[in-house]
Amino acid sequence: MQEVLNTTELLAIPALPLIAALIVGLFGWALKETLSHTITTASVIASAALSIHVFTQVLDGSSYYGNFWEWMISGSFKVPVGMMIDQLTAIMMITVTIVSACVHIYTIGYMHGDPGYSRFFAYISGFTFSMLVLVMGNNFFTLFFGWEAVGLVSYLLIGFWFKRESANFASLKAFIVNRVGDFGFAVGILAIWYYFGTIDYREVFDHVETFVAQGHMLSFMGWQMDAITFICLALFVGAMGKSGQVPLHVWLPDSMEGPTPISALIHAATMVTAGVFMVARCSPMFEFSETALAAVTLVGAITAWMCATIGLVQNDIKRVIAYSTCSQLGYMFVACGVSAYSVGIFHLMTHAYFKALLFLAAGSVIHAVMAEQDIRKMGQLRKYMPVTYITMLIAALALSGIPPFAGYWSKDLIIEAAAVTEMGWIGQFAYFAVLSGVFMTAFYTFRMFFLTFHNSDRVPEEIKPHVHESPWVITLPLCILAVGALAAGYWGANVLHMPGVGNEVQGFFGTSIFVLEVHDPLLRLEEMEHAGSIGLMIEFGPLMLALSGIGLAVLMYLRKTSMPKSLAKAAGPLYTFLLNKWYWDELYAKVFMRPAQCLGNWLWQKADLAMIDRGILHGMIVDSVASGALRFRAMQTGMVYHYAYVMVIGVFGLLTWLLLKA
Amino acid sequence: MLEAGFFYLFAGLAVLSGAGVVLVRNTMYSVLWLIFCFFNSAGLFFLLDAEFIGIVLILIYVGAVMVLFMFVIMMLEVNREKYKEMSLQYLPAGAMIAIILLIEFIGASASGVFNTETIAAVGHLGKDVNNTVEIGKILYTQYLLGFEIAAIILLVALVGAIVLTLRTRKDAKYQNMTKQVKTRREDRVRKVRLES
Amino acid sequence: MIGLSDYLIVAACLFSLGVIGLFLNRRNVITILMCIELILLAVNLNFVAFSHYLNDLAGQIFVFFVLTVAASEVAVGLAILVAFYRTRRSIDVDDINTLQG
Repeated sequence: MQEVLNTTELLAIPALPLIAALIVGLFGWALKETLSHTITTASVIASAALSIHVFTQVLDGSSYYGNFWEWMISGSFKVPVGMMIDQLTAIMMITVTIVSACVHIYTIGYMHGDPGYSRFFAYISGFTFSMLVLVMGNNFFTLFFGWEAVGLVSYLLIGFWFKRESANFASLKAFIVNRVGDFGFAVGILAIWYYFGTIDYREVFDHVETFVAQGHMLSFMGWQMDAITFICLALFVGAMGKSGQVPLHVWLPDSMEGPTPISALIHAATMVTAGVFMVARCSPMFEFSETALAAVTLVGAITAWMCATIGLVQNDIKRVIAYSTCSQLGYMFVACGVSAYSVGIFHLMTHAYFKALLFLAAGSVIHAVMAEQDIRKMGQLRKYMPVTYITMLIAALALSGIPPFAGYWSKDLIIEAAAVTEMGWIGQFAYFAVLSGVFMTAFYTFRMFFLTFHNSDRVPEEIKPHVHESPWVITLPLCILAVGALAAGYWGANVLHMPGVGNEVQGFFGTSIFVLEVHDPLLRLEEMEHAGSIGLMIEFGPLMLALSGIGLAVLMYLRKTSMPKSLAKAAGPLYTFLLNKWYWDELYAKVFMRPAQCLGNWLWQKADLAMIDRGILHGMIVDSVASGALRFRAMQTGMVYHYAYVMVIGVFGLLTWLLLKA
Repeated sequence: MLEAGFFYLFAGLAVLSGAGVVLVRNTMYSVLWLIFCFFNSAGLFFLLDAEFIGIVLILIYVGAVMVLFMFVIMMLEVNREKYKEMSLQYLPAGAMIAIILLIEFIGASASGVFNTETIAAVGHLGKDVNNTVEIGKILYTQYLLGFEIAAIILLVALVGAIVLTLRTRKDAKYQNMTKQVKTRREDRVRKVRLES
Repeated sequence: MIGLSDYLIVAACLFSLGVIGLFLNRRNVITILMCIELILLAVNLNFVAFSHYLNDLAGQIFVFFVLTVAASEVAVGLAILVAFYRTRRSIDVDDINTLQG
């Protein structure tokens, strides 16, 4: 059944949150709390319902492509505003709207009584709109618009509690680091326009093959590069910034300064995955650049491994999950890098559910223990909050990759895809990284989990009476997401055939993702399965590692609880190294911040104060104006007839001039 | 011929009275000379078929503006001020400028550009055409906006003049309407309990 | 036959007289105001003369506006004068010099 989707319905999906955000944002001061959250939550839930409807239609083979209006025209540079709905977009739409709807409901309970209540709702609805524009657009410019808009909302939300200094710094950091990435992204889009003369997805992707065949080269200061490689790398720089990949990952853990619902919605489930979505969307371009694919794999693998090691030792409950997010994003990029885009998107979807759940459950815990985030000051909380306990357990199992939970289905595929890829040492490194990452992921997840809910009771006495299970508005979204974390993997893999193999077995994604046959790792997996040559290590290795990771956590935090301390002491410098997050922040402070600060100071003192203020302004302009004014002031005699006299002389002069001219 | 005679009469008297305005010492006489000058100019206007403007000149200028002048002069007792001698310090420069201006004006006027040969002289319209009606026709249609703006300017001038000259004296009693209207019972009536 | 230029010459005379009056009269502001009236009268005369000879009523309409503005000017000017007299007890032109730079 091939049909074109209903335009009104499609437009309503992003428009509803936008309208709600505008109403609540502009008139929030006049609205009551109840009204603010009713408007926004209802609109996002409606948007989610419409998205699901669209998704079912897309499943039946419908799609949409069209422009609505021209945003701007400058010479041959045309920016239309339009939509392109295919399988990739549809899966993103339901993920974004469903998680967003859950977070909206959750926020009602979480932010209750906050002075910025309606502002918060306006922001998250605005975010939902921006993210939907990002995924639904049909050209690179709408993508860029959504990209920047989500960045802006992210900035606003990280600094939501603007009275906290650390929140302000974190929001600035996020914004500036993203600027670096977005610069690359903008360069990439401009390069696309320069080479292809259009920024429309379809037109660009249709021409990629002939473009590559023509062998365009880009030379810059004696340095040559494939144009397509340049474009892909530039775009990927943007993805690195937005998706927190090394070396632009530093902002993501700091973004946990924002309220927890934001960490769940923006910095775990949706916005940070925009980079993965973009790479998958641009698969027709990345496929033609081996270098770019290698770069994607390498960066993803490094991030996946490095952030997992950092996650091992963090003590802030949200930071553990944040590093885990970084690490999982690395997994998605590894998947994209080895041309298993569909697997990457599949993991994106499952990750969205269980990571949002993990964050929201963590938020529920934080809410219960009076805004304490240090897991060393928790413990035995399962007695107080059973619903949170169970949902978080589901999320932790899903993240660790234990069947039948969601994470298992997607992560396992990524590892298998990395195992069979033919990328030389990069492929092997990626395989090693993701494989060891599984062990570490399982360990730090359950370390955090046990320290929070089991272990010894370390909650301070004065807080203890307040510890209680959260209200239903908080637990309801937890339960909804728990269903997702339980079923999304099985549903995606077996019902939708999400990571469909190559062009032979049409999976869910169909033609929305393009993979060259020589690259396709899924195709290779299929062949190996037929031949029965898949090794036991590839099939069951990840599961074994995950189980042993959990086992180690059980040993260290349930049985021999003195072990972590002695281990930290024994590891010594390595432990401090990990605790300080590989000293990335310190490195950036030394390499970028210090020189920039020095330069700024110098410019301020020497250039601005000394040269411009004292030298030019006071030396030349101010003084000459002052002395000139002293002289000219004598002209103002204050005598009425002097003014009249001047006027008459003017008339006289004018008349003489006219007569002489005639 | 009669028209020419009247023209020379009015023109001569106008210039003469203009000189009078400038040259007499007593300000009150100046005003009277100016009034006379206006009358003669109105005569010139009539010769030019501009009856309405001529009448308006007399009614407004002589009837209102010049009376206002006289009123102010009397009110301020200007003439009691000691007369300053007419300062001749600026006379050479001023007179020179003025005379050159005059020569230039006359030169321009008589240069032939405005001669009756170049601009066809229009004869008198006669009594069939009512100047006032004609002015009214375009004043209330084509120039309505300007007319309204003129009205607003007059209103502003009126208010401005009142504001500038109004002063409240301390010893005089005034009625403050706003205060009266805003009065509440609590300001006036006080309830007291008297011990019986 | 009286032509346009004759009227213009009369107006020019009146105008020049007004200008001379501006310079010559140092006595008080009222005289200056009257000289301005004289100048405006000259202008009005020009307007009416042109209006007649070009057979276009717009000139007379303009005279009407000039009269309006002149009337308001006199009203406000005299009011200022009165206010000034109250504070300074003088309307001497030489005393009005608070704007001196």
